[in-house]
Amino acid sequence: MKNTGTLKVTTPTDREIMMTREFNAPRTLVYEAFNKPELLKRWFGPHCWSLTVCDVDARVGGGFRFVMRGPDGRDMGMRGVYKELNPPERSVHMESYDDYPGESQVTSVMTEQNGMTTLTVTVLYPSKEIRDTVAQSGMEHGAAESYDKLAELLSSSSPASAGETRLAG
Amino acid sequence: MGYGNSSSGHLDVTFAALADPTRRAILARLASGEASVMELAEPFAMSQPAISKHLKVLERAGLISRSRDAQRRPRRIEGGPLGEATQWLEGYRQFWEGSFERLDDLLDEMKTKQAKQLKEDRTKKHERNKK
Repeated sequence: MKNTGTLKVTTPTDREIMMTREFNAPRTLVYEAFNKPELLKRWFGPHCWSLTVCDVDARVGGGFRFVMRGPDGRDMGMRGVYKELNPPERSVHMESYDDYPGESQVTSVMTEQNGMTTLTVTVLYPSKEIRDTVAQSGMEHGAAESYDKLAELLSSSSPASAGETRLAG
Repeated sequence: MGYGNSSSGHLDVTFAALADPTRRAILARLASGEASVMELAEPFAMSQPAISKHLKVLERAGLISRSRDAQRRPRRIEGGPLGEATQWLEGYRQFWEGSFERLDDLLDEMKTKQAKQLKEDRTKKHERNKK
């Protein structure tokens, strides 16, 4: 069973990209999933990419280092420094990719209502050009990803079981 | 890096044109059919020259065009650049959607585990109280 929320992506200003997504879980759990390496490894990264390095030092002034490996063996590295940590409501960190210029500021806000969490991530890029370059590359990955999914769909005679995701209620 | 890229330059103009609420309202109006400058100015508390200025920006971005009807010169919406702008964001959206779908499954699992733990704790407490 999938309870997929809709991911909304907008550009509130020239230098920003904002994402909003609802999750069917209390925000303590969402926050945990965003900050614990053993949990991050299970979901973070585009389809078919795995998080091969995931070090998190969740303190203000501490940082993180992620390396994602693509299906073609290509690595994509990123690192960040925490500026503000207010579990489970809000966090702010600076983030940079090994392959892209500049550092962006990422603000995550989690609000909870009736056991549902709304996550709003605002990424502020150093310039409009950098924002556009990053999003453009996201487009390439995004397109590749949908082709992967299509290929998977076309060749799947035995769909991978969803594991043990029995829902209590 | 990333500068002068023709596609990105194109997006600059598109997004700049879309950054204004009046211009977005004009596009929304034109999405339901072509309209003359006078018709477009009507719902806004704005002079016709002010509206014309907005129309020029939209036109330069290739978001709208003028019909051949010489008298009314109605404006109409152009799909191309708008499509490119949405596609650009669509890629970004897809990039994250894959992750978030897996996160949904993980959160379900975490919730089940948490509920089970809570139930176990409660049972233990209950049994302790009985003794």
